[in-house]
Amino acid sequence: MSLPPQLRKISDTVWELPVTYKEGMLVPARIVASGPLLGGMEAGVFDQAANVACLPGILNYSWCMPDGHWGYGFPIGGVAAFDPNNGVISPGGIGFDINCGMRLCLTTLTEEEVRPRISELVDQLFNAIPTGVGCTGFVRCSRSKFRQVIENGSRWCLENGYALPEDLDMTEERGCFEGADADACSDKAIERGFDQIGTLGSGNHYCEIQVARPENIFDAATARAFGITIPNQVVIMFHCGSRGFGHQVATDYLQTFLKVMTTKYGIKLHDRELACAPFRSPEGQAYFAAMKCAANMGFANRQVILHRIREVFSRIFRRSPGDLGMEMVYDVAHNTAKLENHLIDGVERQVLVHRKGATRSFGPGMPGLPDCYRETGQPVIIGGSMETGSYLLAGEASAAQTFYTTAHGSGRTMSRHQAKKLVQGRQLLKEMEQRGIHVRTSSYGGLAEEAGLAYKDIDLVARTTEEAGLSRRVAKLVPIGNIKG
Amino acid sequence: MPFRFSEEIATADVVFEAWGETREELFISCADALLRTMAEAPDRVAHREALTIRIEHEELDLLLFSFLQELIFYKDARKLLLHADTVRIEHEPGTFTLEARVSGDRIDAGRHRLLVDVKAVTLHHLSVVFKDHLWRGVVELDV
Repeated sequence: MSLPPQLRKISDTVWELPVTYKEGMLVPARIVASGPLLGGMEAGVFDQAANVACLPGILNYSWCMPDGHWGYGFPIGGVAAFDPNNGVISPGGIGFDINCGMRLCLTTLTEEEVRPRISELVDQLFNAIPTGVGCTGFVRCSRSKFRQVIENGSRWCLENGYALPEDLDMTEERGCFEGADADACSDKAIERGFDQIGTLGSGNHYCEIQVARPENIFDAATARAFGITIPNQVVIMFHCGSRGFGHQVATDYLQTFLKVMTTKYGIKLHDRELACAPFRSPEGQAYFAAMKCAANMGFANRQVILHRIREVFSRIFRRSPGDLGMEMVYDVAHNTAKLENHLIDGVERQVLVHRKGATRSFGPGMPGLPDCYRETGQPVIIGGSMETGSYLLAGEASAAQTFYTTAHGSGRTMSRHQAKKLVQGRQLLKEMEQRGIHVRTSSYGGLAEEAGLAYKDIDLVARTTEEAGLSRRVAKLVPIGNIKG
Repeated sequence: MPFRFSEEIATADVVFEAWGETREELFISCADALLRTMAEAPDRVAHREALTIRIEHEELDLLLFSFLQELIFYKDARKLLLHADTVRIEHEPGTFTLEARVSGDRIDAGRHRLLVDVKAVTLHHLSVVFKDHLWRGVVELDV
């Protein structure tokens, strides 16, 4: 596709749209991409990054990560920081799946030990973790108990036997956004999500058994610090979010903001999906409190799923999770808004960072990281397509420019319907089996939509984040087993 | 089939265009497209349980947004895949009022050949227009 003529090269990996690109832009938009990734970006990415640059109170730049693609509101891969005193908060800058994120768990098993049991493992994981359209979670929970879950996140899981204390240390925000207020959530949101704790969902959500092969280790010292110490070590990665509860919170506040945005606050935008309210307004604060509840649901959902995964591995290998070394590497959120301190014009100040399909990537020594990662920087987990593998990276000090943010995945290059026209789900499953990837899915159609050819080159995305100084590659993790909704 | 999925205007999400001779037919077409997004075989979704949806909005496109959002809510809250059987839309100055009779079946992966879970209706691309003698709508779903 042709690139906007106004696009200016800043460096080999950073491209800029000036404020003259679109009426109303308050700051330039910057796209992080190497040449091939840039050439593959849809026109919608540039347009949406420019729309974000028009939002009141935006600071420095509207950013788009190398896996950026055309979404709704912000592009997927969109990052923007706002002045909390005169800036806005927007559900379209976070996404409907609030705190969709990735979790990575170690084992001390090797590929050689797991291969003979892979079919059994995948089948049992598939039976243990509900997947697909409208699935119900395995955690039985009343509506009133659910209110405790969403205010406490992983803490609730710890108190109820679904977590180890060290799991919380290895989770962004220790698995709980402080200030979550269940009263800011509608009855409808609670009704929609109270029975979904412990569900994977569908689409690009998955749970994968992966291998860290020696030839795929990029940074051996950091890999060791992250717990990858054995050749062909098996790890488990999964991707899911806050399910129907989070989706309803975002929908509710999108409508609230739409009502007040122009009439009460005089904000006019290019795209209604960017509906927003001043962060300090009653509506903005209510959404922030409700969004935190949804974020906590995301953490709790991934925590109870990890508990189930540990049970399955323990049952099959007849060893305790501790004996199997099933420790968490980290849990990262990639759809959130958070108050963080960053340097703006050389002065450290608190800003509201929106990340939509983008991962926080704190560098070495930054506050908020567990002690064991103080020297390495934060583990960053980037999910690739189910055919090509995923990446474990580490945060870098040089990511300050993007408010310490990097990519979140491969990024789609093809619509779901296009993918389904080109790929047959059953055939794909057979081919993956022949390539040594055992898959169970609740939908062959859904599987076809997630075929590797529908995604960008994950190797290129990961390398680009490194070249841009946003995160450095630690290990590529290749799948041998996968369950999909 | 009075709808078609579009491949040109969204990569990550699902976009459909739907149409009908009346506003009511358009809304039913959009409900059909939503159901087809989640289930490969909508004709296998039996009409076992019925519900009435009543909503109102000042804007017609946002009425469609709210209507589809209700169907998504029932998918999670009651585990129901729903057809829109009848839709009635009244228009008074400043308000559109919708009453819809919807019916469907509990989600069953075996019978319904499920595809992808719909998270939400987005406002991106959302439109309802009357053009060339037809009511036409464009809807983007987050999946």
